[in-house]
Amino acid sequence: MFRLEVRTSTPAWFNLALPLLAVAATLILCSGLIALAGAGVFESYGVMFTASLGDSYAITETLVRAAPMIFTGLAVAVAFRAKFWNIGGEGQLLAGAVASCFVGAIPMPGALAMLLMAVVGAAAGAAVALVPATLRVKFKVDDVVSSLLLNSVIYYALMALIEGPWKDSFSGYPISPPIEDLANFPVLIEGTRLHLGVVVALLAAPLIWFLIARTTLGFRIRVTGENPEAARYGGIHVERVLISTALLSGALAGLAGVGEVGGVHFQVMSDLSPGYGYSGIVVAMLARLNPLGVVPAAIFLAAVMTGAEAMSRATGVPAFLSDVIQGTALLAMLVALLFTAYRIRRVGAAS
Amino acid sequence: MNVVLEQIFQVGFLAAIIRIATPLAFATLGEMFCERAGVLNLGIEGIMLLSAMTGFTATSLSGSLWLGVLAALLTGVLMGALHAVFTVALGLSQHVCGIGVTLFSSGLAYFLYRLIFGQQSVPPSIKGFQTVPIPVLSDIPVLGPAVFNQFALVYMAILAIPLAAFVLYRTPWGLSVRMVGENPRAADSAGVSVIATRFQAVILGGALMGLAGAFLSMAQFNAFTFGVVSGRGWVAIALVVFGRWDPWRSAGAALLFAFVDALQLRMQASGLGHIPYEAFLMLPFIFTIVAMAVMSRNAVAPSALLKPFRREER
Repeated sequence: MFRLEVRTSTPAWFNLALPLLAVAATLILCSGLIALAGAGVFESYGVMFTASLGDSYAITETLVRAAPMIFTGLAVAVAFRAKFWNIGGEGQLLAGAVASCFVGAIPMPGALAMLLMAVVGAAAGAAVALVPATLRVKFKVDDVVSSLLLNSVIYYALMALIEGPWKDSFSGYPISPPIEDLANFPVLIEGTRLHLGVVVALLAAPLIWFLIARTTLGFRIRVTGENPEAARYGGIHVERVLISTALLSGALAGLAGVGEVGGVHFQVMSDLSPGYGYSGIVVAMLARLNPLGVVPAAIFLAAVMTGAEAMSRATGVPAFLSDVIQGTALLAMLVALLFTAYRIRRVGAAS
Repeated sequence: MNVVLEQIFQVGFLAAIIRIATPLAFATLGEMFCERAGVLNLGIEGIMLLSAMTGFTATSLSGSLWLGVLAALLTGVLMGALHAVFTVALGLSQHVCGIGVTLFSSGLAYFLYRLIFGQQSVPPSIKGFQTVPIPVLSDIPVLGPAVFNQFALVYMAILAIPLAAFVLYRTPWGLSVRMVGENPRAADSAGVSVIATRFQAVILGGALMGLAGAFLSMAQFNAFTFGVVSGRGWVAIALVVFGRWDPWRSAGAALLFAFVDALQLRMQASGLGHIPYEAFLMLPFIFTIVAMAVMSRNAVAPSALLKPFRREER
C-alpha cells in the first residue's frame, strides 16, 4: 500500500531533479507525436539537438533565441516569488519593444541610443505591469485576469501603430520604420547574430538572483510571497513591495522587447514575439522561480525552438512540435512540483 | 453622414452581430460554468483552437458537418477534463495550468493540422453550415432575416443562454456548482462532492468552448487557419467578468462586444477610417479592466475562484 504524506521540507537536489524529470517526461510523451508523423524518434530528437547545440554557430542561434525568454522568465520568476501573478509578460515585452523602437529611430550616438532604448523600454514594460499591481493594491482586482487582458490591449495598440502612423508608406506593409543603424546592438562574434543584448540577458540572471537572495528588497519580496500576514506583522509594507515587484518584473519583460528590436529585428512588426511572454511562464516554472535556473530553462526552450525547424526540414515532422513540447513541459513540471508538497510512502498492509 | 449610417445599419448588420456573438456566447457560457464552480480556465483560448481544428478535420475527412461538431465537442470535453485533472484533482495553480493547457492545445492543433493537411498555398476549406430559415419567424421584418435565418449553431447558442440560466439557477446540480464556487467547505459538509461537481462544471465548460471553436472553423470561416481564434478566448474571459458571472449578463456582454466589433468592420468597409479599428478591438478589454476596478467594491466573483479544495486541509 502507498500513501501520500505532506512534506515539510524538500531536499536541495529536487531543484535539479524535478525539471529534469519534467523534461524527460515531456520528451517521452511527445515522442508519440513524432512516431505519429512517421519519423524516427531518436533521429528526430538527434537532429533537434545537433541543430540547436551541436556546433558553435547553432549555439549562438539558440542563445539569441534564449535571450528574450531569459528576460521574460526572470520577469515571471520575480513576480511569482511575491505571488504577484503577472501573466502580462507578452504585453510588457511588446510595450518595451515599441518604446525602444521609438527611441532607436531618433538619430543620436550609438551608445547613447542603446542605453536610452534599454531605459525607455524597461520603463514602458514597468508602466504596463504597474496597472494590474495598482488595481490589485488599490481595488483588490484579481491580477491574473487584469494582467492577461492587458496583453490584448497592448497588442492592439501596437497594431494600431504599425497599421497607422508607422505603416511603411512605400510597401504598405504593417511594419515600423527601422531603428537607426547606429542603434543596432553590436554583433559580438562575426558571422553570427549573437548581439550585445544576449550577454546582458545572461548577466541579468545572476544580478536578479543576487537581488532576490541577498538584498532587503529581495527578502521583502520573498516574505510577501510566502506569508503576507507575517510580512505585514513584521513591518513590511506589503502593498509597496507588490508595486516594486511589478515594476521590476515589467521592466525585465520590457527588456526582452528591447533586445528583440535592438538585436534581432531592428523594427517592430505584428509577429515580433512568438509568445515569448507566455514562454516566460514555462521558463520560470521549470526554473522553480530561481533566477539562476532561468538561464538553462530558457536555453532548453530556445534549443527546442531552433532545433524543431531543422528537425522539420530533415524528417518532415511539423516544427510545431516545439509548441507542444513547451505546453507539455509546463504541465509536466506542475505535476512534478507535487513531489515538493507530498511524498509517497510505503505503508504496511496491516494499516 | 446619413448615407454612411444607412450603409452601416442594414439587416445584414444585425445578422453580422448575431454571427460574431455566437462563438463568444458559447465560449463565455463555458468559461462562466468553470468559474462559477471556482475554476478559472485560461485554457479556453487553446481549447477553442484545438476544437476548431478537430471539427474542421473531422468534417473535411468524413464530409459530415455534425460529425465535425461532435468531434469539436468531444475535444472540448477532453481538454476540459485535462484542465480539471490538474486544477481540481491535483489542486495545482489554476492560472499556470490554464496557460499550460492553452500552450499545449494550440501546439497540438498546429501540429496535427500541418501533419494531416501539409503545407498548402491555399488552405483547404469545407462547405460549412448553411443558413436555415425558421418558418414564420424569419418573415418578421428586419429581425426575422437577421435572427431567424441563421446557422443551426446560432440557434443552439440562442437556446443555450436560457438553458444555462435554468441549469445554474433552477436545478440541484446548478445549486451544487454555485455552492462549490462560493463555499466549498460548506458544500462538502452538506454532502456535495466538491471534486465531482467541479469536474462536471469544467467538462461542461470545455464542451461549450468546443462548440465555440466548431462555429469558427465550420460556419464562420469554413477553414482552419492559425489565427482562427485570435484572442476570442481571452475576450470570453473578459466578458464573463463584465457579465458578472451571470448567463444572461454574460451573453448580453457578448452581444454588446459583437455590436462594437460589427460596427468597426462596417466603418472600415465604408471608409470611415479616421479611428483605427484596433481602438475598437481594445475596448472590451479596457472596459473589463475598468469594470473590475469599479465592481471590486461589491465582490461578485465566486469566492472560491482560484482556490483548490483539499478535504483534509482545514
